[in-house]
Amino acid sequence: MTDNRRDLLLFAGLGVLFAIIFYTQGTAYSLRVTVEALCYAMIAFGLSLQWGTAGLFNVGIMGFIAAGAFASLFVTFPVNQAFWDSEGPAMLGDVLVKVAIGAAAVFAASRSGKIGLPKPLVTFLTLVTLAVAYLVVSASLDPTARYIEREAGFVGGLGLPVYFGWAAAGIVAGAIAWVVGKICLGLRSDYLAIATLGIAQIIKTFLKNADWLTRGTQTVSPLPWPVPGAAEVGFTAARASYLVLTAVMLVIVYMLLQRVYHAPWGRMMRAIRDNEDAASAMGKDVTKRRLEIFVFGCVLMGIGGATLIHFNTIFDPNGFVDLNHTFLIWVMVILGGPGNNRGAIFGALLVYVIWTMSEPVTLVIFDYIRTIGRDMFGWQAPADLNSRALAMRVFVIGLTITMVLRFAPKGVIPERLSRKA
Amino acid sequence: MNELVFFINKGILAGAIIGSIYALGAIGVTLIFGILRFAHFAHGDMMTLGAFIAYVLAAALAAAGFAGPLPIAMMVLPIVMILTAGISIGIDRTFYQPLRRSGAKGIVLVMASIGVTLMLQGLIRLFAGPSSRELYFNEPKDIFRIEVPGANQMITVTEPQLALFIVTLISVIALHYFLSRSRLGKAMRAVSDNPSLAQVTGISIETVVRATWIIGGGLAALAGTMLALDVSLKPDLSFNILLPIFAATIVGGIGQPYGAIAGGFVVGYAETLAVFNWSVLLRPIARWTDNAFEVPASLAIVPTDYKLMVPFVLLILILIYRPTGIFKGRVL
Repeated sequence: MTDNRRDLLLFAGLGVLFAIIFYTQGTAYSLRVTVEALCYAMIAFGLSLQWGTAGLFNVGIMGFIAAGAFASLFVTFPVNQAFWDSEGPAMLGDVLVKVAIGAAAVFAASRSGKIGLPKPLVTFLTLVTLAVAYLVVSASLDPTARYIEREAGFVGGLGLPVYFGWAAAGIVAGAIAWVVGKICLGLRSDYLAIATLGIAQIIKTFLKNADWLTRGTQTVSPLPWPVPGAAEVGFTAARASYLVLTAVMLVIVYMLLQRVYHAPWGRMMRAIRDNEDAASAMGKDVTKRRLEIFVFGCVLMGIGGATLIHFNTIFDPNGFVDLNHTFLIWVMVILGGPGNNRGAIFGALLVYVIWTMSEPVTLVIFDYIRTIGRDMFGWQAPADLNSRALAMRVFVIGLTITMVLRFAPKGVIPERLSRKA
Repeated sequence: MNELVFFINKGILAGAIIGSIYALGAIGVTLIFGILRFAHFAHGDMMTLGAFIAYVLAAALAAAGFAGPLPIAMMVLPIVMILTAGISIGIDRTFYQPLRRSGAKGIVLVMASIGVTLMLQGLIRLFAGPSSRELYFNEPKDIFRIEVPGANQMITVTEPQLALFIVTLISVIALHYFLSRSRLGKAMRAVSDNPSLAQVTGISIETVVRATWIIGGGLAALAGTMLALDVSLKPDLSFNILLPIFAATIVGGIGQPYGAIAGGFVVGYAETLAVFNWSVLLRPIARWTDNAFEVPASLAIVPTDYKLMVPFVLLILILIYRPTGIFKGRVL
């Protein structure tokens, strides 16, 4: 029970912090910070599940957020009639058919060992099929992309309700995670780290350059809101209702996660994390279970990313950066306490508030440094001091990660291991 | 012939240049991976750090009116390598050693190295700003041209590129003799193969770890400086260069320095040839065959924007089909 009291105290402290922010920064701004913090908490749940419960190292969170955000954009954005009236859909359908045939051919080639072909030949066949399929698809995608960009700007959306978009966000992020996990989870965890890092960069590059699909750097806005917008019920009420929505989603996910954590499935996951060999000796399929939890975690990241992007109503591929969307979440989870869902929420809310506040604070501090340096030493500050000042925040994030790992590896709200079975 | 010269310049030479850089980086990563058993994510920023130290030293010397036969940044290279090696030992002492001592899992060290990479990034950008810089101070960048009979274009190699080939060759040969002849080099290979057995035979793990960081840090500084000399010093390189280096490491086989060199060149060439516009080479063939087929304006396998996909796809393929890499490294 002392544990619960401690948690309660910590969350009460957090409540006081938010009350201070609401009091000093105004309601509209504070509501924004709170909603974003809750979205981050959803993403942090995903990471806490992967890292805390299963020990999987994902440094490509940004990629899953971006993929989820795009999926949601595609499903919910109003229909672009110019695209549907043009030749675009037919051409795109042609490309999709080629993708499907190519995928089927590659799959068949990779399974051709079943009919008795020797392994080197199978590998060779698969690689050749893959190369041919890639060339065919990219050759037919190129003119299609150019045509769509010329005739219709971009593909547009499907115009479905936002909730469908969020579901799609989870599905797409989960599907990507399944592919990555399928390849890397049987190997050592470092490989997963490298692969997720790579996939995140590639997803971002794709979203940035595929103008026909995402409008690229021209950005897409406004994304629809699932709740009445500012124009209908006013600024504060709109943001407040979005806040309620995210809070409800967060509570539901929290309760599900708690159930899962204490269920046999969660216990098995922790067993695999703590002693992989013992768990596999007990007959647990380690790789398969890891794949499950990896996909599940990424689904949460995708949904969290979609809620975040819809709140800000703008989809900007350049807005996804490793620092804000990967490492910040790592700080939230390891500071809050990996493997403990309360820790994830606590870490997310606290770190996000500190993070948003740190920007003006850093600028003020460096402004002082500039003034003092000029008055006392005649120092001419470089013109880009402000952007340099913000680099300080990168340093602080890195320092926090290394310090927490060394001095408080269990976080503020550590995982509680129950003694009884 | 012009097309062939173009291919040599943009394909063969460009691949060798970027391949050398990747190879130098991958040697460090593979040694650290083999001996300390974790993927060192801070390696890209160590390269930038080395280049930045070279920049500061060279700028100071250039301001003092120092001049020599080579660009200043090239002449200060030994000092830069020593300094970076010292810094990497310092980083190991401060951030990695305590974690190793407390028996943390390898993956925690990976995370610590990500923390270190962010700290380095922050510091470099704080002091250097986000813009890119030149490492040449009022010195001409010598360009060597080789005439090819029958072509009006020439094969061109710039001074830093030539220097890069030379230092890569020297370091690879030196590394070979160090690893195969010297006591410490053999001890390093022993620790990489089986740490507990090596310890039982009286090898000091601490010395081996220090040697690993000296080699890794020194080569990272070398690669970073040479890259900065060839192109320019960019403070935001880190992950974009880290991924090809990891790919090179894994393609070559983890813990295999020779594999890392081969992997570096494989990845470098794969990347260069994938973005190379092959229609340049097809055009003369089309001419000879009286335009029997039409040559598209651009026939690159991968658009330049997606360059990063090449090392990644290589990495994935090698993980699926041969996780040990081409040189039979370890699957950790």
